[in-house]
Amino acid sequence: MSTTHKRFNTRAGRAFDVLNVAMLTGVGLLAILPFLYVLAGSLATELEITTRPFFLWPNEFTTASYASILSSDVFVRAFATTVAVTFVGTLVQLGLTALMAYPLAKPDLPGRRTVLALVVFTMVFSAGMIPTFLVVKDLGLLDTYWALILPLAINPFSLIIIKNFFQQLPRELEESAKIDGANELQVLWHVILPLSKPVLATFALFYAVGIWNDYLSPLLYLSDTSKWTLQMILRQVTAAASLSADEMATDVPPPAQGIKFAVVIIATIPVLLAYPFLQKHFAKGMLIGSVKG
Amino acid sequence: MTTALAADREPPLARGPGRLRRLRRDAVRYRWLFLLMLPGLVYFALFRFWPMYGARIAFKNYIPFLGIDGSEWVGFAHFQAFLSNPDFPRLLVNTLVIAALSLLIAFPLTIVLALLLNELRLQILKRTVQTLVYIPHFLSWTVVVSITALLFAIDTGPLWTFFAGLFGTDANMLADPDWFRPLVLMQMVWKDTGWGTIIFLAALAGVDQEQYEAAIIDGAGRWQRVRHITIPSILPTITVLLILHTGQILNTGFEQIYLMSNSLNRTVADVFDTYVYFAGIEQGAYSYSTAVGLFKAIVGLVLIFGTNWLAKRFNQQGIF
Repeated sequence: MSTTHKRFNTRAGRAFDVLNVAMLTGVGLLAILPFLYVLAGSLATELEITTRPFFLWPNEFTTASYASILSSDVFVRAFATTVAVTFVGTLVQLGLTALMAYPLAKPDLPGRRTVLALVVFTMVFSAGMIPTFLVVKDLGLLDTYWALILPLAINPFSLIIIKNFFQQLPRELEESAKIDGANELQVLWHVILPLSKPVLATFALFYAVGIWNDYLSPLLYLSDTSKWTLQMILRQVTAAASLSADEMATDVPPPAQGIKFAVVIIATIPVLLAYPFLQKHFAKGMLIGSVKG
Repeated sequence: MTTALAADREPPLARGPGRLRRLRRDAVRYRWLFLLMLPGLVYFALFRFWPMYGARIAFKNYIPFLGIDGSEWVGFAHFQAFLSNPDFPRLLVNTLVIAALSLLIAFPLTIVLALLLNELRLQILKRTVQTLVYIPHFLSWTVVVSITALLFAIDTGPLWTFFAGLFGTDANMLADPDWFRPLVLMQMVWKDTGWGTIIFLAALAGVDQEQYEAAIIDGAGRWQRVRHITIPSILPTITVLLILHTGQILNTGFEQIYLMSNSLNRTVADVFDTYVYFAGIEQGAYSYSTAVGLFKAIVGLVLIFGTNWLAKRFNQQGIF
C-alpha cells in the first residue's frame, strides 16, 4: 500500500498535502480563536480590552470581572437555578425517552408501527410556537421551571436512535432473564439499561447541553425575571453592545466590557467540560443511525 | 406472571369476536410494556399533538376568555390577512435569503471541509482539527451572538477593527442592515460547518479501501479518485441532507435571528419565525400568528415530501 502510494505521489499531490495541512490548521484555529479571545478578555483589565484590538494573552492579568459577577446575587442565583434545572431536566427527559424507546424496540408490540409513524410525523410537522405556548399556559406551567423541561422532554431523533440501539441488543439476554422469572420492568432495569450505559450517557449529555443552552423556552415561558436562567442573564448583560444609544436603557449604565467577557466564559465552561465525554461517543456513528430511521 | 403465561397458552382467535379477544389478550400480555410507554405517549399527546388540535384557532378569532370553542369561526381570514399583508413579501425574501445562504454557501462548505479532512493523511492533525471544529456546535446561540457582539464591538472589537480597515467604514456593524446577513452567515458557518462534517466522514469511513487501491493501479490521480470514488460515495448522504434542508427552508431557526435582530436592522432581520413571536407573544395576536406558523409548517411539509419524491424520481434514495 505505502509503495503504491509513493509511486503515484505526484509533485502536485504533495503540494496539495502541504496546502491541505496548512488550510485545515487554519480552520481548526478559527474554530477556537474567538473563544480564546473572549477568555483572554475576561482576564484582562478594562483598559486593555478597550485599547488592544486583539490579544490572546493579557499584559496584565486580573480576575476583577469574575469577582464582580460572582458578587452579584442575580447572577449567582441564575447560575444555581440553571444547574438545578439542567440536572433535573436531564433525568426527566432521558428517563421518559428511554422508557418509551424500550417497548418500541419490541418488534411484536401491538400498535408499534402506529406510534412510530406518529413520532416521525412530529419530526416533519409541528403546530408551532403559539399553540405550544397556549398548551403550556393551559397546563399552568407558565413561570415554572417545568416549562423549561417538559415541552422538550422527548426528542424524536434521540428516541429513535435509542430504540434502534435497544433493538440490536441480543434477544437471548432478555429471554434468559424472563425464564428466570423477571418481568419487563426488571429486564429493562437489570439487563437492558446496564448494557446501554454509554448510549444513555451520550444522550444525557445532549439533553443537558440542550437545556443549558436553551434560550427560547425561558424567553417564552418565564416572565418572572427572578426565575431567569443563565442564558437570559447573559443576553441581558451582552445585548447592550449591539444596540444603539436610542435602544439602550438609559437608567441602567451598560455593564463594563470585562463583565461581558467573563459572563460568556461562565456560560460556556460547563458545556466545554461535558464536551470530551460527548465527543468520545458521538463520533462512533451513533448519530448516523438517525438519518435513515 | 402466571396470567401472562396463561394468556400465552390460549389458542389465538379461538372463538367469539376475534378483534376484541385479541385486544384483551394483548393488553394482558403486553401490560408492562404499555405501562412503560405510557408517560411517553402522554408526552406526545400533550406537547406534540394537543398543540396541533389547538392550532384550529388559526381559523377562529381566538379570545382566551371565550375559550377556543367559544371563539368565532373566521375560516381562512387570518391566512388571507397574512398573505396580503405588506410585510409578507419582505418576510418571505428575508427568510429565503437566509435559507439560500445556508443551502448554497454553508452546506457546500461543509462538504468541502469533509473532503479536505478525508484527504488529510496526518491522522493526529485530522483528529485534532475534528475535535476543534465540533466545539462551536455545542455553544448556545446566546453565547455565539454575545461573542459576535464582543468581536464586532464598535471601535474596540477585533473583527470590527479588521473589517473597518478592510472596507474603510466606521459603521456599527451589529446594527447596520447591510451587515446583518454577512454576520448571520459567518455565525452559521462558524457554529455548524465542523459539526456537519461528521455525517460525511462517517459515510466516507464505510468506503471500501480496495476501490482506491484498484484506482491507483489503474493510474487514477488524486483528484480522479476524489471525483470518481469519494464524491459518489457521499452522494446519497448529500441527497438525504438536501431533502431535510429543503423541508426546513422556512425555518431559519428562531434563536439566532431573534438574538441578532434589533430596532435598526429589522428590515432585513424579520423572518417568519421571529414574526410569529412578535405578533403572537408580544402583541397577543394568537390566532393570526398561529395561522402564520401553520402556513410555514404546511409549506415545509409539502417541500419535504416534494423533494423526497423528486429524489426518488432521479433514482436517489429518499428518506421515506
